Amino acid sequence: MAVATETQFHVLAVDDSLLDRMLIERLLKTSSYQVTTVDSGSKALQILGLQDDQTNSPFVSSDQHDVEVNLIITDYCMPEMTGYDLLKKIKESSSLKDIPVVIMSSENVPSRINRCLEEGAEEFFLKPVQLSDMNRLKPHILKGKYKEQHQQQVLQDDSITSSNKNSNKRKAMDDEISPEMTRPRLTSSLTVL
Amino acid sequence: MEVACLQRRFIDLTATIFQQEILDSQFTQLQQLQDESSPNFIHEVVSLFFQEAEKLLNELSKALDQQIVDFKKVDAHVHRLKGSSASIGARRVKDVCIAFRSCCEENNKDGCIQHLQQVNQEYYLVKSNLEDLLKLEKQILASGGSIPTMK
Repeated sequence: MAVATETQFHVLAVDDSLLDRMLIERLLKTSSYQVTTVDSGSKALQILGLQDDQTNSPFVSSDQHDVEVNLIITDYCMPEMTGYDLLKKIKESSSLKDIPVVIMSSENVPSRINRCLEEGAEEFFLKPVQLSDMNRLKPHILKGKYKEQHQQQVLQDDSITSSNKNSNKRKAMDDEISPEMTRPRLTSSLTVL
Repeated sequence: MEVACLQRRFIDLTATIFQQEILDSQFTQLQQLQDESSPNFIHEVVSLFFQEAEKLLNELSKALDQQIVDFKKVDAHVHRLKGSSASIGARRVKDVCIAFRSCCEENNKDGCIQHLQQVNQEYYLVKSNLEDLLKLEKQILASGGSIPTMK
């Protein structure tokens, strides 16, 4: 995978159990992710910049929450705000909806799993989460990154070019990422030619 | 004590623990996560498990001591204990928790009390085994030996 920079991906892990937070943090760090753990959905939303009064986008920001999160992994069963509630809030937010979300649960309840997947969760991990599960995260992160960079490209292009180019890009955005995709990797600071 | 002797005891204890399913492969996973960058990981995680489990067992005892038992509350505690024991690989504790939850669902007070006794037993069994295991590890390392890797 050709990447322009050697940046570590940042995962936000949400779980009300301290033991499980310790575990998921170790699993993620072992897999070379940068990790932030929080013990509730509301704290997660705070970190993501959603609880504030300001409307801020974590990708194009210069405010207090200059945190870019590439993936959110959350427990399902949590008091006050469940993982499902958190997922919904994220998907309802224009600035956060493209961040991939993975749900974890100790219980294998098909209706629960389907509900989460239908709401936009990328995957459902059964607890205890294994090291091998970490390998399943990267494709979702890359898809999210592609959407993010693509959106920025679209915004840039909209301001200088015709709509003709845009229709092609919009189509590409809906496609699954294929290994043959040779689109150049863009950094968040785009140069306008 | 001689390193080889300690290592032998470690191997034997590990074999017994796994044979009796006191711990399962989840614990092995955790051992694999411990490395130079995180040398105290097992110790931290095990300590945390002890803390959480003992707190929950306390709460369970109190909850089942009530005249009118709040089975939802009892179930919530057992669910929590099941999660923690699964996370650390304490297989037998986890298995008793699963059965315990059925009693909660049936609002079966006697069944719950029985299962609480059982889960207490299993917990103290895994606790003493883990303590022995970690103590042996410490002794081996202190004597300049290395921890035998199992499987």
